[in-house]
Amino acid sequence: MKVADTKNPVWEIIARVPDPEVPVLTVLDLGIVRHVELEGKEIRVTITPTYTGCPAMDMIGANIRKELKKEGFEKIEVKLSLTPAWTTDWLSEEGKKKLKEYGIAPPVGATTDKRVLIGEFSEVTCPRCESENTHMISQFGSTACKALYQCKDCMEPFDYFKCH
Amino acid sequence: MKERLFDYILQLGDNSLILGHRLSEWCGHGPILEVDMALTNISLDLIGQTRNYFQYAAKIEDKGRTEDDLAFLRTDRQYRNYLLVEQPNGDFAATIARQFYFDSFHLLFLQELVKSKDEQLAAIAAKSVKEVSYHLRFSSDWLIRLGDGTEESRTKMQEGVDDLWNFTAEFFLMNDLEKEMAAAGIGVDVQALEESYYAQIQEVFEAAKIQMPDYKPGQIGGKDGMHSEHLGHLLAEMQYMQRAYPGMEW
Ligand SMILES: [Zn+2]
Repeated sequence: MKVADTKNPVWEIIARVPDPEVPVLTVLDLGIVRHVELEGKEIRVTITPTYTGCPAMDMIGANIRKELKKEGFEKIEVKLSLTPAWTTDWLSEEGKKKLKEYGIAPPVGATTDKRVLIGEFSEVTCPRCESENTHMISQFGSTACKALYQCKDCMEPFDYFKCH
Repeated sequence: MKERLFDYILQLGDNSLILGHRLSEWCGHGPILEVDMALTNISLDLIGQTRNYFQYAAKIEDKGRTEDDLAFLRTDRQYRNYLLVEQPNGDFAATIARQFYFDSFHLLFLQELVKSKDEQLAAIAAKSVKEVSYHLRFSSDWLIRLGDGTEESRTKMQEGVDDLWNFTAEFFLMNDLEKEMAAAGIGVDVQALEESYYAQIQEVFEAAKIQMPDYKPGQIGGKDGMHSEHLGHLLAEMQYMQRAYPGMEW
């Protein structure tokens, strides 16, 4: 039985698992949990990687398993699926808010706008001083999902969660 | 057919793995911090793609081998990667030239592979294509910056481009395996990409004020397991742990 309702207690259990690299986000905020199937005490959770080389996927799978085990689930399967490919459009609004508070600029625009994918979108707001006077230092930041920016007003460098 | 598909997937994975390993050699040696991080990020993407290919290949083969067995327990003659990707890093300009030649091809290739009749290959391609467009942006930006830079940077960039040019032939000269897979609608008809590849390269070279070499490239061999002397050394380092301590795990 597919459990699509994210208010269901099963989803609340999964929501306790943070992203190991950006711990203010839960795996649900990130949008990487695609399905939950439930059959009595048997459960199957399907997750999808953000980037193919994301080294956190194994840990995320293990942490989901751990939380479910605590709640008495006996047969737990965490499945990795590549299609459809993850996109930043799946980041929750709540997640974007948390990112900003954490000091990481959330993705600007939707990936349906091709300009954001080829990096021509420059309206990235500084998460510290709200200035839009920012520039990209490098497309590649501290993890695969981030680019490195700098604010030209407060001069602080910051991470930008890039559109993908 | 299953065996042929297995070989084909290995060929795709081998390219990503060997280039990913080469880029990982830059870790801690990049000319500036941002470039160091970019090269290792690209490496990570490529090795992640390799894992997808090898996990799938292991499943197709169904003989109990794992992705790690495929990476660490094959010898050089069993590797199917292009000669280009095993070439040593050289200086930064040489690395950029190698990356630019590969990324330009890789993106065109994946844009076709997403249409594969094999669902898993199409899924891996759809996932990878987004990452590879970042890679190409990085390598073309640097090619232009160095080519259209100082006297010294232009000289080095031109040398890098010249030295590796001959290896680009291998992308497009199809071997039997590739012909068979393309005919089955699983693989990509790479020969059909040749024209747009060189046209795109020409465009970036012009922006970079780099001269396009004036002969037709022709060096081949890697796809059929005939490698340059560099691959053996690379594998010796990459496979050291599994060879010295068989079956070891983290
Ligand atoms: Zn600022």
